[in-house]
Amino acid sequence: MNELPLVAVAMSGGVDSSVAAALLAEQGYPVVGMMLRLWSEPGMEEENRCCTPDAVSDARRISARLGIPFYALDVRDLFRQHVVQSFLDGYLSGKTPNPCMVCNLQVKWGFLLEKARSLGAEYLATGHYARLAKGEDGKVILMKGLDRYKDQSYFLSLLDQQQLSHTLFPLGDLQKSEVREIARRFSLEVASKSDSQDLCFLGNQDYRQFLSRHAPGVNRSGPIVNSNGEVLGSHRGLAFYTIGQRKGLEIASLEPIYVLSKDYLSNRLVVGGEAELGQCELYAENMNWIAGNPPEGTLHLQAKIRYRAKYAPVTVTPLEDRRAHAVFEDSQRDITPGQYVVFYNNDIVLGGGMISG
Amino acid sequence: MDTKNRVYFDYAASTPVDERVLAAMLPFFSETYGNPSSLHYFGQQAEAALEGARESVARALHCRSEEIIFTACGTESDNLALRGMAFLQKKLKSANRLVISPVEHHAVSSTARQLADEFGFEVDFLPVDDYGMVNPDEIEGCLKPDTAVVSVVYANNEIGTINPINEIGAICRRRGIPLHTDAVQAAAHLPMDVQRDQVDLLAIGAHKFYGPKGIGALFTRRGTSLLPIVTGGQQESGLRAGTQNIPYIVGLAEALRLAQEERQARVERLIPLRDALIAGVLERVDKARLTGHPSQRLPNHASFVFKGVDANTMLMLLDMAGFACSSGSACKAGIPQPSDILTAIGLSPNWALGSLRVTLGKDSTHEQVEAFLKILPGIVEKSRKNA
Repeated sequence: MNELPLVAVAMSGGVDSSVAAALLAEQGYPVVGMMLRLWSEPGMEEENRCCTPDAVSDARRISARLGIPFYALDVRDLFRQHVVQSFLDGYLSGKTPNPCMVCNLQVKWGFLLEKARSLGAEYLATGHYARLAKGEDGKVILMKGLDRYKDQSYFLSLLDQQQLSHTLFPLGDLQKSEVREIARRFSLEVASKSDSQDLCFLGNQDYRQFLSRHAPGVNRSGPIVNSNGEVLGSHRGLAFYTIGQRKGLEIASLEPIYVLSKDYLSNRLVVGGEAELGQCELYAENMNWIAGNPPEGTLHLQAKIRYRAKYAPVTVTPLEDRRAHAVFEDSQRDITPGQYVVFYNNDIVLGGGMISG
Repeated sequence: MDTKNRVYFDYAASTPVDERVLAAMLPFFSETYGNPSSLHYFGQQAEAALEGARESVARALHCRSEEIIFTACGTESDNLALRGMAFLQKKLKSANRLVISPVEHHAVSSTARQLADEFGFEVDFLPVDDYGMVNPDEIEGCLKPDTAVVSVVYANNEIGTINPINEIGAICRRRGIPLHTDAVQAAAHLPMDVQRDQVDLLAIGAHKFYGPKGIGALFTRRGTSLLPIVTGGQQESGLRAGTQNIPYIVGLAEALRLAQEERQARVERLIPLRDALIAGVLERVDKARLTGHPSQRLPNHASFVFKGVDANTMLMLLDMAGFACSSGSACKAGIPQPSDILTAIGLSPNWALGSLRVTLGKDSTHEQVEAFLKILPGIVEKSRKNA
């Protein structure tokens, strides 16, 4: 009779989740592997970067090798309605969305965690590079993974205490190279699969093609203006440009011209020279503070304004209505509405929210 | 290492090989291993075993030895029957039509679909009632001058309904149109007699009646010609090339013999268990319906639909609780679809996606059924989708 509680491992057929499952099983946890069939465009199921029918077979075979039960769950509709739709809506409203944050919150730690609990699992485990700890007050603390390059704590910043208290991250203390070694030790055939970075449901295509197909409203051209409101050219649709972008503006100019901001209401793309680029502050909304409540007063933290951004020293003041104000020590060139800002106190993730401006 | 106490309630999917069957097979791997087509002693020994098995199967089905050929599975038997008949009838009589019921196993429906899509055949569907049963009176009207073959499943794998094959056979015989029946599920539980039923082609697969997987047989009435689909040597009267799988053929014959001999006793034991299970489920579970005919159904077969239930979740919860069942609509790859059969009998997706099939077998006990009835209601409720 097992003392350790049942753990459901979110599997993808890839090396990280497979090793997570292997380690937990080795430690004596009763483990069950679960995999989500996510939405892909019809006819493009094999192009999906994650969770293709092949990947399901891989995950199934690995589960059999590890001697754990395996179930595949259909979440196509849920994924389409929440994750893909939020992606489209973001672009349609002039933002640059990050659907992975929505997926983690609603699909993995929403639907999947609930399913895992309903099967009797105490924990949902994933192959994310992040660490959890218990504070003195009994609250769960979310921290960066030890592998600084692979650290994925950014993507977990929207999770709450209830979700995190039923989560395990077996890879948090490991380097990616160690994980690949462990995969070899367990003879898991995924050891040589490479990591991929793009949005899973886009497959191999550019996001612009996907947008044009599914949210044709993005193809709304409008004027490109400078900060004085003078029209310099025209844009193909705000969605096709990112803050800080230099190439592709098709404007004749002596000096380099950058995208400064998107004026959604008047459908104008605002551009300017390097000197005008950059902001020292931002506002975030729908803040999720890992500890539950926003911290008191003003804090000196580090912020990432996107996953691969550098940690920037910042002064953060929580505001009413789940908002926050952040002032950066150094000007940031690409503060992008729709992306998420995540606040860190060294290794500890304090929370994250969507950049509104 | 599996330490769970598990209950197997999926005999319609597959069955354990009876130890007597395994014992009968073993000498034919390394002791008697000749090719039955060989002239020498070793071939003769193998041939004797092959023909002995053939005779045994013929006896069980009440036909002649030469009317039995062996294939790799029930599905291949269905393929050979339909394709072999369709192509030959097209060649000889320009017959271009297949008549099938809308509730056939995929071995029949997918084959018919390919014949239509790729080879220019027409497929006509017989009407079925809400139990998926074919009414013999409605067959006459569906038979046309260019009908090549009629195919009606003997007993339905998903919903358990037993068709009145002998009446259907009489009609087809009168009209001179060949009748094929997929008896893969039926052969395990019902007395087979191809004379009584007047069928021309009958398919069986060993792993449904305590024989091994990977071996099947097809009854082809003398005078019924087929175009072979696996071609090569002249084995199996030129109808199915390839060196015969002697140990498995011996296994199929032994399994069928035992299944038919012990059928009565097993069926008498299983019917009350099945009925208790059906009554228990309908009584204890909300918004539950029995699918298939209430009495003209396989002795071991209980199938249900539950309103608004996600079958994948239900099967997972049952598996975690130690009960192995199946569903017409669940999918291992995680993409459930309502089954064609449940759709054909008029069920909406909201019902059809919540289907559960529970099939009993030789090791099933009253205690197992009771334990199942205890946990099923809770699991069904947990599996209801939020409105």
